[in-house]
Amino acid sequence: MSDTTYELNLTVNGERVSRRVSPRLSLADFLREELHLTGTHVGCEQGACGACTVRHNGDQVRACLMYAVQAEGAEIETVEGLTESGELAALQDAFHRNTALQCGFCTPGMLIAAADLLKHNPKPSREQIRAGLSGNYCRCTGYHAIVDAVAEACGNNEEAAE
Amino acid sequence: MKSPQFEYVRPGSLDQALAILAEHGDEAKVIAGGQSLVPTMNMRLAAPSLLVDLNHVPGLTGIELRGKWLRIGALTRHAEMARSPEVARHAPLLARAAPYIAHAAIRNRGTFGGSLATADPASEWPACCLTLGARIHLASRDGTRVVPAEEFFEGVYQTAIEPHELITHVEVPAATDSMLYGFDELTRRKGDYAIVGLAAQARVGAKGPLKLFRRDDRRLHEVRLGFFGVGETPVLAQRAAAALEGKVLDAEAIQAAQAALADDFEPLSDLYTSSEAKAHMARVLLGRVLNALSGDHSA
Ligand SMILES: Cc1cc2nc3c(=O)[nH]c(=O)nc-3n(C[C@H](O)[C@H](O)[C@H](O)COP(=O)(O)OP(=O)(O)OC[C@H]3O[C@@H](n4cnc5c(N)ncnc54)[C@H](O)[C@@H]3O)c2cc1C
Ligand code: FES
Ligand code: FES
Repeated sequence: MSDTTYELNLTVNGERVSRRVSPRLSLADFLREELHLTGTHVGCEQGACGACTVRHNGDQVRACLMYAVQAEGAEIETVEGLTESGELAALQDAFHRNTALQCGFCTPGMLIAAADLLKHNPKPSREQIRAGLSGNYCRCTGYHAIVDAVAEACGNNEEAAE
Repeated sequence: MKSPQFEYVRPGSLDQALAILAEHGDEAKVIAGGQSLVPTMNMRLAAPSLLVDLNHVPGLTGIELRGKWLRIGALTRHAEMARSPEVARHAPLLARAAPYIAHAAIRNRGTFGGSLATADPASEWPACCLTLGARIHLASRDGTRVVPAEEFFEGVYQTAIEPHELITHVEVPAATDSMLYGFDELTRRKGDYAIVGLAAQARVGAKGPLKLFRRDDRRLHEVRLGFFGVGETPVLAQRAAAALEGKVLDAEAIQAAQAALADDFEPLSDLYTSSEAKAHMARVLLGRVLNALSGDHSA
C-alpha cells in the first residue's frame, strides 16, 4: 500500500505547527519524533498506562490512541508547555518534596492527570485522588507518595496515614 | 506496537461517510473515539486499509429529549454522558454507569456509539441499553433502520451492524417518576472492565389513573436486570426478574430473586475468574443493586 502522507496543521504548546504525516503515526510519536517533545512518554500503546497523557483542546487524552492526523486544527498541550506556563508548578514542587517519582517515566502523565483532576475537583479526598489517577501506572513508587504529593498540592490536610 | 499502514479520510457529512462505506465495504472501518480500535490496530488485530474518521461528521453528536425518548448521538463521549443534565434527568441509569467506564482520559475520547459497536461483553453501555430497551438507529447509503437492543448484540464483539452501516444515534425511553434504577459492578481495579456487572430498572406502584388510589403501592413491575461480564453478550436475567414481579422489595423478595438467578445463566469463566465465582458475584451484586434501587438522578 502506498504510504500517503497528509497535511497536518495544529497548535502545540501555543505554537502553530505544520507538517506532513503518515496517517499511522500516533500523536505521541509525532510529538516525540517530529517535534522532539520527549516529555510525552510511550509505554503500552494500548491506552492502559497513561504515560502518554497530553491535553487535547483542554481535556486530557491518551496520545497513543490518537493518530496525529486526527489532531488537525486542535490545540495540544504537553508537559513541556504546561511546565513553561507554570500551570504544573505547585504539583511539580509537591512531587519533588514528597519523592513522588523515582525513574520518572510515569511523571508527565501523572502531572497532567492530577492537574485535570484538580481542575474538576479542586479539593479531592485521598480516595478521589486515587480514583482520579487510577488510569496512570507507576512501577516504582507504590503510589503512596504520589497521592501525598497531590493532596499537598491542593492543600488537603487530611491525615496522610491510610 | 504501532498500527499498520492505512489511508485516512475525514468526511464532512453523513452522506459522504455512508458513500465511502458503501464503496469500500469491509476494507474500511470507521473511527469514533479510537479507544478500542486504535489499541486493536496497534496490536495488529485489525488492519483496515481505510479509516473513516467520524469526528467531523455533523449530526452525530448531541443529547436531546424527543417526546418519550432521549436521543443520544453516536459520537457522544463517555465524559459528556457523565456530566449531561439531560442524561442525569431522563436516563439516570446511564448517568450512574458512566463513571465506571475506564478512566477520565479515555472517557474524554470514547463514544457511546463506539462502545455499542464494539460490544465487549464486559462493557457498561451495552448492558444499560439492553436493560432500558434502547433502540439503535443505523444508517447506510440504502436508508436507515432501527434495531432494538435485544436484537443488536449477537456475540463477543458481534453486532447487527453491517459493514456499510453506521450507528447514527440511540434512543432510550425517558425516565418517569415511577421508575427505579440501580447500577453496580465488581472489578479488580478502578476503571477496569467489569468481572460482573448489573444494570437494573423497575417500575414501582400502580400504572395510570389507578396510581391516584394506590399511592402507597410499592410493588415492583417490569423488572429488567441486565447482567454483563457473564456471557457472550449482556443478558437479561428473566427468572430473577419474574421472582420480583408484583412483589414489594423486601429481604424475602431479594432472596427469592437471588435464588432464581441460578436458573438464568451459568456465567462464562474468563482468564481470572471461574464460572462458580462469577455466579456468586452475580448473586451478591443482585442483592446490592436491589437494595440500592432508587429513582435518584445521581447516586
Ligand atoms: C485502558 C482502557 C480501558 C477501558 N475500559 C473500559 C471499560 O471499563 N468499559 C467500557 O465499556 N469500555 C472501556 N474501554 C473502551 C472504551 O469505552 C471505548 O471508548 C469504546 O469501547 C469504543 O468507543 P470508541 O468511540 O472509542 O470507538 P472506536 O475505538 O473508534 O471504534 C471501535 C469499533 O466501533 C466501530 N464504531 C465506532 N463508532 C461507530 C459508529 N457510530 N457506527 C458503527 N461502528 C462504529 C469502529 O469501526 C470500531 O470497530 C476501555 C478502553 C481502554 C483503552
Ligand atoms: S502509552 Fe499511551 S497509555 Fe500507555
Ligand atoms: S516513577 Fe518510575 S514509573 Fe513512576
